[in-house]
Amino acid sequence: MVTKPKALTKKNLNEMYRTMLRIRKFEEKTDELFMAGKIKGAVHVSIGQEACSVGVCSALNQDDAILTTHRGHGHSIAKGTRLPEMMAELLGKSTGLCRARGGSMHIADVSKGHYGAHSIVGANMPMAAGMGLAYQLEKKRRVVVVFFGDGASNQGSFHESMNLCAIWKLPVIFFCENNQYAVSFKVDRSTSVKDISVRAQSYDCPGVTVDGMDVAAVYEATAEAVRRARKGDGPSLVEAKTYRFFGHSRGDPQFGPYRTEEEVKKWRKRDPLLLVEKMAKLTAAEKKVHEEVIVKEMNEALEFANNSPAPTLESALEDVYA
Amino acid sequence: MRELTYADALNEALHEEMERDEKVILFGEDIELAYVFGVSKGIFTRFGKDRVRDTPISELGFVGMGVGAAMAGYRPVVEIMFEDFIMLAMDPLVNQAAKLRYMLGGQISIPLVVRTPGGGGVQYGPTHSQCLEAWFMQVPGMKVAVPSDPADAKGLLKAAIRDDNPVFFSEHKMLYKTKGPVPDGDHIVPFGSAAVKRAGTDITLVGIGYQVVNCLKVADALAGEGISAEVVDPRSLAPLDTATIAESVRKTNRCVVVEEGHLHSGVGAEIAAAIQEEAFDYLDAPIGRVAARQAPIPFEPTLEEYVLPSPERITEAVKKAMGVTV
Repeated sequence: MVTKPKALTKKNLNEMYRTMLRIRKFEEKTDELFMAGKIKGAVHVSIGQEACSVGVCSALNQDDAILTTHRGHGHSIAKGTRLPEMMAELLGKSTGLCRARGGSMHIADVSKGHYGAHSIVGANMPMAAGMGLAYQLEKKRRVVVVFFGDGASNQGSFHESMNLCAIWKLPVIFFCENNQYAVSFKVDRSTSVKDISVRAQSYDCPGVTVDGMDVAAVYEATAEAVRRARKGDGPSLVEAKTYRFFGHSRGDPQFGPYRTEEEVKKWRKRDPLLLVEKMAKLTAAEKKVHEEVIVKEMNEALEFANNSPAPTLESALEDVYA
Repeated sequence: MRELTYADALNEALHEEMERDEKVILFGEDIELAYVFGVSKGIFTRFGKDRVRDTPISELGFVGMGVGAAMAGYRPVVEIMFEDFIMLAMDPLVNQAAKLRYMLGGQISIPLVVRTPGGGGVQYGPTHSQCLEAWFMQVPGMKVAVPSDPADAKGLLKAAIRDDNPVFFSEHKMLYKTKGPVPDGDHIVPFGSAAVKRAGTDITLVGIGYQVVNCLKVADALAGEGISAEVVDPRSLAPLDTATIAESVRKTNRCVVVEEGHLHSGVGAEIAAAIQEEAFDYLDAPIGRVAARQAPIPFEPTLEEYVLPSPERITEAVKKAMGVTV
């Protein structure tokens, strides 16, 4: 059924708050484990961008698909990815979602409609177009959301995919989290336009820029794009202006050579969790319940991961071919 | 047995597989009218605009789209107009298609076929004449097919479409119009099964793709000189049937590998290494390699002919391996 986006109720906002808190706590734990040397490799936490993950995924059904990026923990959690198996993946355990082969940058939970974090910047957009083509052929009115950053909007894959989706009216929502920086390169130096959403005009598609710290604004813009896509009207581009409160990746400080402490502080005043807390008019007691539930979930996830066996060496050579 | 051209055999495979399985879809540049090499002729008329689509000139976009459609349960067959253009789609093929199943812990598979005409001999110059199969042999997760005649073209394409893995399917421009017998019915050639295209006793010629045709020509000519050459066609390079090649070499004790890609780190290097691992004690001479000379493929006909492998160069390599003074 194609319905108009519904107005968010207190209950909706409460659920959104809880999912955003789940992401925040998961990311804090991830950062802690990474700094302690327990998570190997690279992690890119999404603290500050929770409203994007939750606003988008709240507008989707379970059988809709998402494709995400190297900074994809938040999207994964918002789409319902199982936390214990996700934590096990980060810790390199055999029970991990990707059997300890993908790690943080390649989390996927296909059973929840999460078709993967794709860590080559921009690579997920042509794949999203292909999934959109499949969904169009199936005629089940499923849609695909592809998450990407401001940096990826300068890849050829973005432009090729927008054009392909536009000519065939594929049910794909291009969701750009403009967090202002491609690693250290600021968007006003890397990108020819002030608002990335205007690039939709080149493909005769709707493009809209929203406040990426405001989960309700993200939800509403996404729900409208989803409505169009389900109806067969084709792709949309939604740009959310947001900010990562942490550094890009390992060893990258929150502020330093490429951004100032003042800038970080300014954005932190609009912490998406504070904003949704106000919108939902949460009481101290309600917040306490959320905290307790999330702490329990995190403990269970960690316990599962810590008690899981390491992968066998033989498993390194499995699943290369179907 | 009825005879078909290589292009028509491929066309028949596409028709049959699209008829058999509605999840098989086709896209690429100018395929609706089959405007360039004609392999997809009649497919658009038969199967319609949903399943058969001309794409804009967007190799990165539409090959990546093939990966996505495969993730969602379809079996896309994507045509790249010239093999050289595949460079524009290396990320979706190598970083995505070949790795996704592994990287996602076996949660998905990528049943994708990328068909493309490679090779020279038609004076298209450096960026429209390459044979790149060696590149894809390097990639875990990829399968590689290089059919050399119409029957194998049909049988391998049908096998490729039914395979749950990404397949790089290299056709050769010089082969499209060649004719040969093609079995009726559901003819499948499994991957990883080499074919002895001509039996012989004195030397093994391993030919890749169109070079099988040249090897057969040379073997015919050598027969008149009292040299009996066996011609082995691996047909797929990943997986590679080294057992059949080694078995032939154990019989003939000599081998020349002939490919149209470049010599350095080429298919011949891999096959030669496999032969010395599996049949070292049987070799009476170093394994010869004939390949494109180490330069881009030039446009001007005499230069192009000089750079590409030729019957003359193959004959020379055979005689060297046989210890015959040329």
